[in-house]
Amino acid sequence: MDDKKTKIRTFLARFSRNHQISDDADIFASGTVHSLVALQLISFIEKEFEIVVADEDLEPENFRSINNIVAFIERKAAALLRPPVMA
Amino acid sequence: MQVEFSSQQRQQRERFRSFVQEHICPCAADWDRQEAISSEIIEQLRSHGYLGCLVSGIRGEPVDAITYGLLTEEIARGCSSVRSLLTVQDMVALGICRWGSSELKDEFGAAIGNGELLCGLAISEPETGSDASNVKTEARREGDEYVLCGRKKWITFGQIADLLLVLARFEDKPTAFLVPRTAPGFTRRPLKGLLGVKASMLAEIEFNGCRIPRRYLVGKPGFGYSHVIATTLDLGRYSVAWGAVGIIQACLDSCLEYTAKRKQFGVEIQEHQLIRRKLTEMIAAVRAARLLCCRAGYLRDRKDPAAVPETLVAKYFASKAAVRSASDAVQLHGANGLSDEFPVSRYLRDAKVTEIIEGSTQIQQITIPQCPLPEL
Repeated sequence: MDDKKTKIRTFLARFSRNHQISDDADIFASGTVHSLVALQLISFIEKEFEIVVADEDLEPENFRSINNIVAFIERKAAALLRPPVMA
Repeated sequence: MQVEFSSQQRQQRERFRSFVQEHICPCAADWDRQEAISSEIIEQLRSHGYLGCLVSGIRGEPVDAITYGLLTEEIARGCSSVRSLLTVQDMVALGICRWGSSELKDEFGAAIGNGELLCGLAISEPETGSDASNVKTEARREGDEYVLCGRKKWITFGQIADLLLVLARFEDKPTAFLVPRTAPGFTRRPLKGLLGVKASMLAEIEFNGCRIPRRYLVGKPGFGYSHVIATTLDLGRYSVAWGAVGIIQACLDSCLEYTAKRKQFGVEIQEHQLIRRKLTEMIAAVRAARLLCCRAGYLRDRKDPAAVPETLVAKYFASKAAVRSASDAVQLHGANGLSDEFPVSRYLRDAKVTEIIEGSTQIQQITIPQCPLPEL
């Protein structure tokens, strides 16, 4: 988990003029993330953590803070590992 | 680092070039005068698999970002209005493919991908241009429907689009919807008299209590601008950047031909040093712009987040270079350059448009320093 946090923090630091971003800080409210960064954040999460962010994942809570992003990535990764439910 | 097109990309480019030479170049001036492209060229684009090809591929063959760029460049070399048809079709296709529900993809994906449904992107409004996240068009829920009220302006191919991706406010949050032209309360009127890209059949669109099913929401409320529209605009900038490269190449081709034939003071004007200087600047501009576009395309294919800022830079540079090159092309043609008997005046008008659409040069100047670029 710490490794994920570090990667996300390092990525976001490029857009926050290297100001320290705490793990529970609201990255949208702080202005770190605008639409161009939001797009890059999605690409980064998908490429770095090998998940796909789908339309149903577009919830503010999933991306609000470093902690929330990590929790989201872990939920997605766990869902990938779960066997499909047979009808 | 290797910078060269694959043999497949070169072959595709030859095919695109032949298509443009046969179906677009002979008609582009007429379309510009008539302020409309023909239904025949739309059919040709469909039958060759070019409309919506970024998402659906060309006749089943996947299209990488560079090949898509080469297609866009070649088409813009012939006619920027046709290029804008491709651009907007792929922008909407990508927006739905990326952020639409599986239900929406099932309903519209194939028909958009093969060009059967023509798409429009409705963001700008009479009072809202660059500040797109603050659109005034409103949506409200009524039972199983959304009801849209508002006006959109400068909608590329809005005169003939079958399906529009619309940015509106829902519960005061930017939200994207799909609106078919057949939806009740949908009206449109043509916009004429533009400076450039005159044949792109712009329209003003009114949503007067326009009703659409609930399933036509794209993405989630609040993510309409930051994700759905931002995704489409990112592709739009990529496409316009390549389109600007096509304009520069067209300027260069026209100037090389003209200056080799035109004689003044007893020699072909290309023998004059000041003419050669302008040709040199054009040659350098087209190569630099194309390389920036290739770099952005390379990153897009790798799904690298840096594709976003690299695309901004490519679009910024290519559109400015296109205006400069087209202005020089008119200058090199002298009085002939002012006439519509030569294509360079059209190139200049079309080039200017690339500096305004999908983020103006000034907006790029604000945003590029905010988006760190990877080291080259």
